[in-house]
Amino acid sequence: MSNFNKMIKNRHPYMFIAPAVLLLTVFSLIPILIAFVISFTDLNLKGLADWSSITFIGVENYTELFSDDTFLKSIFNTAFYVVLGVPLVIFFSLSIALMLNYGTSKLFTVFRAVYYMPSITNIIAVAVIWGYLYNTEYGLFNYLLSLLTVDNIPWLEEPTIAKLSLILLAVWKGIGINMIIFLAALQGIPRSYYEAAEMDGANRLQVLFNVTLPLLRYATFFVTITTLIGWMQFFEEPFVMTDGGPLDGTISIALFIYKEGFQFSEFGYAAAGSFILFAMIIIVTMIQFKLRKSDTEY
Amino acid sequence: MAIKKKSKAGNYLVIVLMIVGGIAVSIPFIWMISSSFKPESEVLAIPPTIFPENPTLDNYINLFTNMNFTVYLRNTLIIVFFSFIGLLFNAMAGYGFAKYEFKGREKVFYLVLATMMIPGQVTMIPVYLLLNEMGLTNTMTGIILPGLAVAFSIFLFRQFMTTIPNDLIEAARLDGAGEFYIFFKLVMPIAKPIFAVQGILTFIAGWNSFLWPLIIANDESLYTLSVGLSLLQGQYANNFALQMAGAAFMVVPIIIIFSFFQKYIVEGFTMSGIK
Repeated sequence: MSNFNKMIKNRHPYMFIAPAVLLLTVFSLIPILIAFVISFTDLNLKGLADWSSITFIGVENYTELFSDDTFLKSIFNTAFYVVLGVPLVIFFSLSIALMLNYGTSKLFTVFRAVYYMPSITNIIAVAVIWGYLYNTEYGLFNYLLSLLTVDNIPWLEEPTIAKLSLILLAVWKGIGINMIIFLAALQGIPRSYYEAAEMDGANRLQVLFNVTLPLLRYATFFVTITTLIGWMQFFEEPFVMTDGGPLDGTISIALFIYKEGFQFSEFGYAAAGSFILFAMIIIVTMIQFKLRKSDTEY
Repeated sequence: MAIKKKSKAGNYLVIVLMIVGGIAVSIPFIWMISSSFKPESEVLAIPPTIFPENPTLDNYINLFTNMNFTVYLRNTLIIVFFSFIGLLFNAMAGYGFAKYEFKGREKVFYLVLATMMIPGQVTMIPVYLLLNEMGLTNTMTGIILPGLAVAFSIFLFRQFMTTIPNDLIEAARLDGAGEFYIFFKLVMPIAKPIFAVQGILTFIAGWNSFLWPLIIANDESLYTLSVGLSLLQGQYANNFALQMAGAAFMVVPIIIIFSFFQKYIVEGFTMSGIK
């Protein structure tokens, strides 16, 4: 009873956190457990209607995945996206942040908004606009190239070119948020550092490489981790632009999971796939932290 | 700002680069706006016209007369409205974690943080199965509920609210103010900047919501603007003018809202200590 009274007296913190924590429990924590359990079953549409028909099949889903050509292809494609996309996003967002940090006039504020715009643009609107730009016959890109007497490029119809087209689009969309993070970090660098470097007679490039970039280490690390995690879950762009085609040429792991789950209703198989993706993300993130550690020991 | 003695040439080079890059980034938007005012025949013309020769509003009118964009807009606004209630929940939780000592605080907070690391693909299927069991598929409730609590948002609110002085809250308590009165009348006004950032981000996320409505909604009467736009893209595959008008209708409001509030977003990231 005394415990209960204490709870009533100290109820406020619980009342404040309850709504959000309950929602997170129901829609994030419990689903993880469910996903883990069903990844060892053959749950599909039939099992959903009649629970007794679900059988526990151990690690069969997992072993089957690694002999599934589409899944292996999706791993290859995802690696392709990550290896090209992540460095491009970091390079462009950092370069643009450095440019925008150069001045404080109205012009710079306007262009900050311009560079941020793609990242807040709805993905379907993006698909609609870029689908038109990439259109082989009527698209702007092929028209501009034809002025340079370049033949029509099948932007979304050839597997490798389609992957590159999706990367271009995703980089365009991915710059904004990272640029803001770099910009916030740049604005946090005390002026006195630059003044000291200037007094030592450092030129612009020396300041960039010896003062600015080292001080951005934490921001760069943060951006690298989040971008890497984001790109490993590359989903929206192939989903709305190509639906994984042509010939599974653009399918990513996340899209594979979605299709298995919601198009073929193979819930157990899809859940197993999602845990493999989760494991990959954890491993890559841990490697990142390891590398950073050895980096600071220098 | 950074270096006092800037060489003039270098300055101009940066400005020119910035403008050229900015134009390159804006090409899709410029093309969208321009095409949305072209009649259907002009949009397919080769060579394309940069500015519409016979500007028309027909495409926009079509969205509302021939397509159900009024319904999609209503649904989208409902989602936006409820995501603001979710924002309030996140703020309350952030305050609870920041300013109260209670049993299990650290553990629960770590659990909240842990949910941030789970890829969406892992929870997507179980959440669908859960909603299916609750009979909430193909309902507005099913679309709204899973997105209300956002761990990252709770985290940012907590970070900000930790900086509010305890003395201030204690003083209000001594004056006899209730806990909720303190939250709404004292803490919320102080936390205005973080509410501004989170408010904009919440609006954008709600306005753009696509995947979950697509999974949950079967009836067209529950479609959001994005789902409606993707339907339009499928139905009018070659009417690029109409597609561009639909896209512009989704994108332009966001750009307008963002340009008014953009300074809060940069400040918000500086505040939250990501640097």
